[in-house]
Amino acid sequence: MSIRQAEVVKVAHLARLAIPEERLEGYTHTISDILDLVALMNAVNTDGVLPLSNPLDAVQLLREDVVTETNQRELYQSVAPRVEDGLYLVPKVIE
Amino acid sequence: MTVATQGDLSTLTSKELHHKIVNGDISVMELVEIFLQRIEKYDPQLNAYITVVQDQARTQAIAIDNKIRSGELNHPLAGVPYALKDLFCTKGILTSCGSKMLSNFISPYDATVYDKLNHAGAVLLGKVNMDEFAMGSSNENSFYGAVANPWDITRVPGGSSGGSAAAVAAGLAPYSLGSDTGGSVRQPASYCGISSIKPTYGRISRYGMTAFASSLDQCGVMARSAEDMALVLHAISGFDGKDSTSAMMPVPDYSETLNDSLAGLRIGIPKEFFAEGLDADVAKVINEAVQKFTQLGATVKEVSLPNSHLSVAAYYVIAPAEASANLARFDGVRFGYSCNDPKNLQDLYERSRWEGFGDEVKRRIVIGTYALSSGYYDAYYLKAQKIRRLIKNDFVAAFNEVDVLMGPVTPTTAFKIGEKSDDPIAMYLGDIYTLPISLAGVPAVSIPVGFSDNLPVGLQIIGDYFNEAKLLNVAHQYQQVTDWHRQSPSQFSGV
Repeated sequence: MSIRQAEVVKVAHLARLAIPEERLEGYTHTISDILDLVALMNAVNTDGVLPLSNPLDAVQLLREDVVTETNQRELYQSVAPRVEDGLYLVPKVIE
Repeated sequence: MTVATQGDLSTLTSKELHHKIVNGDISVMELVEIFLQRIEKYDPQLNAYITVVQDQARTQAIAIDNKIRSGELNHPLAGVPYALKDLFCTKGILTSCGSKMLSNFISPYDATVYDKLNHAGAVLLGKVNMDEFAMGSSNENSFYGAVANPWDITRVPGGSSGGSAAAVAAGLAPYSLGSDTGGSVRQPASYCGISSIKPTYGRISRYGMTAFASSLDQCGVMARSAEDMALVLHAISGFDGKDSTSAMMPVPDYSETLNDSLAGLRIGIPKEFFAEGLDADVAKVINEAVQKFTQLGATVKEVSLPNSHLSVAAYYVIAPAEASANLARFDGVRFGYSCNDPKNLQDLYERSRWEGFGDEVKRRIVIGTYALSSGYYDAYYLKAQKIRRLIKNDFVAAFNEVDVLMGPVTPTTAFKIGEKSDDPIAMYLGDIYTLPISLAGVPAVSIPVGFSDNLPVGLQIIGDYFNEAKLLNVAHQYQQVTDWHRQSPSQFSGV
């Protein structure tokens, strides 16, 4: 196994996924298989090779700092699960 | 098994349909009705559509009929219906991404490509099925169920744009827009016997196209001919201030160069694409297609893409890593699925995401999070990006010697529904011929070039950066001397 169950639990938590106990073994197994597959990369010498993050080697475009968006809070909140008085509702964080 | 019926409206190309409208042979309204009826009749067998927008399509048809008659609208796609993969945002219409997570999401804005097609007078029929968040190669990973291949409904249509491919192949839409991150328009087009193009990275604006892997995603066109793809690609390409990754490159009129002669065209055959793993019968069909190009005046030589075997490994690090970042936005708070009775904020996030995403998406989020996590970034993500550079360099070198590359799209024809659904690795390995192109960011088309055991086989034609015009020219010339692209599955024929 390229990855242990404990690591999967940790990573799932980082990714905010509530993985149930009974699915852990299956996930660990499949993810381990995938990591074995990508381990093929390790055999390749990439010393001195620049990483390619954009296939066109493009750099981030900049534009003038001017206002282009208007306030559309109501429209955007119309698709939210729980909204009140223009605010998104979440469970209480501070007692 | 196959029929090449020229008279059946559902088998006509978009260009032919537009001519019929302009000549007064049929109104946009009549055409839209025919497609709506066909969807009602045939889609229950295929499950290609997630949403059909009957009312909007009819209203739009009346308006466009008037505009064409008054001369206000003369775009070559005016009045021609089409379908959108369900990851393009459409104001007022469900945009589900094939996911439970977005099964209640009505987009508050329009994708740029949808906006452009609306301006051209194209008529949206509906939103089509896909693998959840475009992750998959079989369209089995959809919250809305698997899609069937019109050539054999026990088989997959491919993915992730499986609904698009099935709809076009079965005559439930003349063309469709899909998206391609690792092969997601080319592979389903190949499995379903239709034409498709994945343009150069940055060619088409992705504003309003739900993100999967941002350094790879590109909108693609799926249609009945290269000629149609030229029309659609021209209509939707170009820089967009709303997508900072869209390229500031002029958009040629792709239709103008379709009839250029192929005399002297230099075709490269990447030997790695014909190695172990390629089905012998598929190889035979591909070789016959390449032969046809020599009859048209092209020359063929073997070339090498020595790092292409590393594509699966590099892709299944880069794509999940970027997906894990992109999909972090689904928090159960601002839009999309939200779990019932969350105990606290943590529970709200973790359960909304666990319950809202399907298994393949969750697997990729975990892989991606792992590859980006502290201590592993260099070994996985950075390493994959370096290999990506090597893969790109292979293509740059190849295009110093040849004009286009040709090879198979997939190692086999469409597989059975369920055959690989429990084996993600087997599924991933099927992407071996499409992934190098995606990683390099070069454009490629896939066109139908024959059958193996009554299932379509697709030829992949790969071009240099922003040379879509050459690819469409090459594909069109082939389609002038063959009729594979005019074949339709007989089970779905008739109006």
